[in-house]
Amino acid sequence: MLPILNVGPLAVPVPELLLLAGVWFGLSLAEKHAPRRAFHTETLYNLVSVILLSGVLAARAAYALRYSSAFAASPASLLSLNPGLLDSGGGLVGGLLAGWIYGQRKGLALWPTLDALAPLLGVMLVMIPLANLASGGAYGAETDLPWAITLWGAARHPAQLYEASAAGLILARLFPAPGMANRPAGQDFLLLATWSAAARLLLEAFRGDSLTIFGELRAAQLAAWLVLAAALVLLGKMRAPREQSA
Amino acid sequence: MTPFPKHWNLFSAAMLLVGAAWIAVSARLPGAGAARLPAPQVGFPAPDFELGTPGGEPIALSDLRGKAVLVNLWASWCGPCRAEMPAIQRVYEEYASRGFVVLAVNATNQDSVTAAVDFAQALGLTFPILLDLDGAVSRQYGLRALPTSFFIRPDGVIEEVVIGGPMAEALLRTRVERLLEGMP
Repeated sequence: MLPILNVGPLAVPVPELLLLAGVWFGLSLAEKHAPRRAFHTETLYNLVSVILLSGVLAARAAYALRYSSAFAASPASLLSLNPGLLDSGGGLVGGLLAGWIYGQRKGLALWPTLDALAPLLGVMLVMIPLANLASGGAYGAETDLPWAITLWGAARHPAQLYEASAAGLILARLFPAPGMANRPAGQDFLLLATWSAAARLLLEAFRGDSLTIFGELRAAQLAAWLVLAAALVLLGKMRAPREQSA
Repeated sequence: MTPFPKHWNLFSAAMLLVGAAWIAVSARLPGAGAARLPAPQVGFPAPDFELGTPGGEPIALSDLRGKAVLVNLWASWCGPCRAEMPAIQRVYEEYASRGFVVLAVNATNQDSVTAAVDFAQALGLTFPILLDLDGAVSRQYGLRALPTSFFIRPDGVIEEVVIGGPMAEALLRTRVERLLEGMP
């Protein structure tokens, strides 16, 4: 666990640094794979910039609307750099909406666009658990297995490492090299969704901080199961025309 | 990882069935509901401590059970700590009557009592300033950067940890409102 790296007088937040590095590595990988989808690098960077910037602005606006009385008492807080003043749901909706509008204006087709973004998403799925490992968040359940790590006063599953390793394997398998065999449009994204959802479904069981609903069921597992089902159905539909023509 | 096994529908159904079974099985594994020892992390009981004010009055965190507590670790030489103190004071004044308490733990082992007291007096801080003379509480709370703030629920469980600063006033207000939700 290393939430802060002290460099001279500077206290650098390691989790945020890892996430930024993830965006950089992810964009680099996506850039290498973009030509396979006939996707211009410049369009890719513009799209990601629009999504990120709009997402942050929408997240702050949504938070300010939700807690308007707190911001009315302190309007300067609207410009604060505190990440705690962001609404993740609002940011997600705002970022996706801005990305969709940008795509419509540029005439981008949905599946090739999602495929172009898939390497970036894949890298972030590796970096997010590593950021959690640095902050001590998303920790594992207690265990006496020999590879347990000591965290928050107990020997625990290294759940963050399980997740990062699984995401790394999926990333390496799906995007081994830019010159790999072409898959039909949409399959890069849907395969990433399928295997990432399956990994989440499996590995969430080893978390010690899962949100539970309906008694003891883990909410993240249920969400992953739904994503897995949707991805499998869509992949199956993509397969059908090939079967029919065969 | 061939995208399409020969019997795709069968493969999909099997994957979803196994997934559903695993959700049911893993609900019985120890994890989210397990008892937690005190630790300076969200979702864990806040480690207890007792420190003295500059006037010598001892205050224990455990005595504040039932109240919403902000433990703020700070030092007088730390710019972000100085910057966020006026906002903490304003929010404290507004919410103290509803059961909000601030414990401003000065990391005295890397500061001085005189500097801490002078700073508190200059800003007119009315919440308790506690002196962590030997750094024991800083170590207990895993202090890595100043300021660091712990928002603690009335049941003694840590709701949020904010490393670094300055915290915006709106952040303080929303967190305190959340801590006070459900309190009589």
